[in-house]
Amino acid sequence: MGRVRTIARRSFLIGSAAVLGGVAFGTYLAVRPKDNPLVDGLAEGEAAFNPFVKITGDTITLIVPHADKGQGVQSSQAALIAEELDVELDQVTLSFGKPSAAYYNTAFADEGVPFMSFDHSLAATTARRVAGGVVRAIGLQGTGGSTSMPDSFDKLRVAGAVARETLKQAAASKTGISVADLKTANGAVQLPDGTEIAYTDLAADAANIDPVERVVLREPSEWRLIGKPMQRTDITAKSTGTLDYGIDLTVEGMVHAAVRTNPRRSAMNSYDAAAAKDMRGVAQIVEVTNGVAVIADNFWRANQAVNAIECDWAEASYPADMDGHWAAVDASFTPENLNTAWRADGDIDLGLGNNDVMSAEYRAPYVAHQPLEPIGAIIRIDEDGAEVWAGHQVPGFVCSMVAEIAGCEADKVIFHNQFMGGSFGHRLEFDNITQAAEIAVQMRGTPVKLTYSREEDFTHDFPRQIGMAKAQGFVKDGKVAGVSLDIATPSAIWSQSGRLGFGAAGPDAQIVAGAWNMPYDIPDLRVRGYKVPELAPISSWRSVGASTAGFFAESFIDELIHAAGADQLEERLRMCNHDVHRKVLEAVGEMSNWGSDLGEGRGRGIAFVESFGVPVAEVIEVTMTDGGIKIDKVYVAADVGRVVDPINFENLVQGGVIWGLGHAMNSEITYTDGIADQTNFHAHEGMRMYQTPQIEVLGLENAEHIRGIGEPPVPPAAPALANAIFATTGQRLREMPFHNFIDFV
Amino acid sequence: MQLTVNGKAHDIDVEDDMPLLWVLRDELGITGVKYGCGIAQCGACTVHMDGVAVRSCQVAAASADGADVVTIEGLGTPDAMHVVQAAWVEHQVAQCGYCQSGQIMQAATLLDTNPDPSDEDIDLVMSGNLCRCGTYPRIRAAIKTAATNLKEA
Repeated sequence: MGRVRTIARRSFLIGSAAVLGGVAFGTYLAVRPKDNPLVDGLAEGEAAFNPFVKITGDTITLIVPHADKGQGVQSSQAALIAEELDVELDQVTLSFGKPSAAYYNTAFADEGVPFMSFDHSLAATTARRVAGGVVRAIGLQGTGGSTSMPDSFDKLRVAGAVARETLKQAAASKTGISVADLKTANGAVQLPDGTEIAYTDLAADAANIDPVERVVLREPSEWRLIGKPMQRTDITAKSTGTLDYGIDLTVEGMVHAAVRTNPRRSAMNSYDAAAAKDMRGVAQIVEVTNGVAVIADNFWRANQAVNAIECDWAEASYPADMDGHWAAVDASFTPENLNTAWRADGDIDLGLGNNDVMSAEYRAPYVAHQPLEPIGAIIRIDEDGAEVWAGHQVPGFVCSMVAEIAGCEADKVIFHNQFMGGSFGHRLEFDNITQAAEIAVQMRGTPVKLTYSREEDFTHDFPRQIGMAKAQGFVKDGKVAGVSLDIATPSAIWSQSGRLGFGAAGPDAQIVAGAWNMPYDIPDLRVRGYKVPELAPISSWRSVGASTAGFFAESFIDELIHAAGADQLEERLRMCNHDVHRKVLEAVGEMSNWGSDLGEGRGRGIAFVESFGVPVAEVIEVTMTDGGIKIDKVYVAADVGRVVDPINFENLVQGGVIWGLGHAMNSEITYTDGIADQTNFHAHEGMRMYQTPQIEVLGLENAEHIRGIGEPPVPPAAPALANAIFATTGQRLREMPFHNFIDFV
Repeated sequence: MQLTVNGKAHDIDVEDDMPLLWVLRDELGITGVKYGCGIAQCGACTVHMDGVAVRSCQVAAASADGADVVTIEGLGTPDAMHVVQAAWVEHQVAQCGYCQSGQIMQAATLLDTNPDPSDEDIDLVMSGNLCRCGTYPRIRAAIKTAATNLKEA
């Protein structure tokens, strides 16, 4: 009955009922015309069965509702539809669709409720359902939080099945043959005599009948595509330079723009553009919020000119220097800032009073997103509407923000979402959109292409939260017996929602994500989150809160296990409180041949963090060389319930580990005089190939629900590396980036 | 200035200091070459100039006058891929894919000069090309496949 409950919780279908051999679904809500954005613009003889499948006389179009920032969602989501529709991916056209409430993402709501991911009690499911209702109310067609697969796994397969059965019904009416005698494959209905009728030839007939209301999803044993290695649909284009990203587009009559806004994130007092206005190619200089923009006939000229403008910037609202930021974090461990005690097992205060207490303090810096494609947008604002071309994770908000600046209704804004050259959370922000709109509204009718310089992008990145943890604990009889973890960070979610004009309400689970839900039974365990008043503006960074809290938690657990004299893997297994999670730990132990002798000057460390519902364990082997630490090998085991494409899964896990390691070792954003010191990749490298270890990946499928894998491999990487360095050198790293304290080769 | 790009001659009127990157992208509309950093730190803008991999963001138009430039579009096409591009497809290297034009152009030059690169050779030459998605393990594997296929060709 698990799957029925899942579907009902997402309010996607009504009247579902379990039947022999599968699940039959009731009326598909979204077939009502007003709910289906594909119905607009359909010509005679064209059929849109639901918001995800559209068939015309010559084309089958599948709508992939989520944005593709590199995670390959266009391929994997299309495969979910194709699995049931019986088409091959080379027979269809893929589209990101247009912003619509029909594509809302309810899986976002699964995070942020105070229940363990495997808690399916009434209270937990009710909390998730209520949170899901809020998301639906605002029609958030968002991409993020590793939600693409959880959100779409059922509903896209249902969409494919509804379309397939309706096409069979149309074929039955046309031929007089019973539906039961019809089969489907390769985009066609097959008659008993072997004749095939292409779906495209049935579109006109199918458009005239009501969509089939009850479908049975196929069993996993029948799947052709899901779980098998796939060829990404974008792979040839991305290997031949023929895929257009947002930055590559040209729109008829377009001009180029470059901006400079206050790097202290506050007002521009004044500016002097005398040197810029006569530079070659410069057409116009206009003000935008907190800064100035140059319009020119190519980007380089616009950017040269905007950098020739003298600007007088107002002071920052946050501390000018890092000492001030760290002092504010350190001062936030107070009752007034206590966000929530997310976990309180046993009586930790009593335990700390009665035992020899170990204490430690940890720090995590601001870090930038900086996807390799700089942010930007093309926007044309007309008299009564606007058109936008950009890659963005929250299309609905793009439309409403542009509409507000253009002075039109949001439904008069046409948004064309684009393939993105990475995001990592960066394209959840809107400065590029609002600035392009502010420029475009000053030159109505002309499409404006805004491109950020890398320097503008770096200094206006809304970085990952800064944070500290104060940890206390004790061991007894060779075991970890008590842990108190107090974590203070500003809230990325509140910072983001503040910029969107929402009053944030309630505690922020992300401050303690990856720590409060540690899958361990420890007699006395308390995890408290403290919300630091906002400092520099911050945003969600690949894996969000778990990238800091996971480091704090698994570093301190490692210290306690060491103090207890226990084995790092064995003690984690002993404490582990859930079967699915225990199997992940066991798997990584087997993969890494845990316990074997690595030889002189080498060592290994382990870390185990659950984030976004996915338990991930990583073992890292390092060598201490004459020049510094060399990372030799990483073993990763993760359980996502169902691996849709093993190739993409491996690629995303390896990338997540590299993201986690590279930034933990090498990267931070610091502020001097209120301005980010790091202005380009020379000062914030992440990881390059020479430091990249071999990474062995295992995907497990024991968990009940399917989960995403974009973020969960990130959090264990930093603590596993720190723990490996301790095991090898005896040096405990309690602050990122590690290269401030130890050399890497 | 005179410039030959992917076999086609162009006569262009630009400032001497405009980087080749922007001549290609904004003047000629050749967008397979990417802007990533503008200071030779990421390698996304790598093209071949007179047969050698260069960071086009650091080549002033004046110094490219008369040059023969090949971009990713000229290396191979979807219907007739270069051996390196075919290896990139076989290994499904790309995630976001934005850096891959530069990675492929750099790898093609590496194999031109060193048909049998060791792991260290690959790391050394390719470490100037950033991939924020972290596809390095697949890039390494694809270069080895391309090297093998070139030898057999």
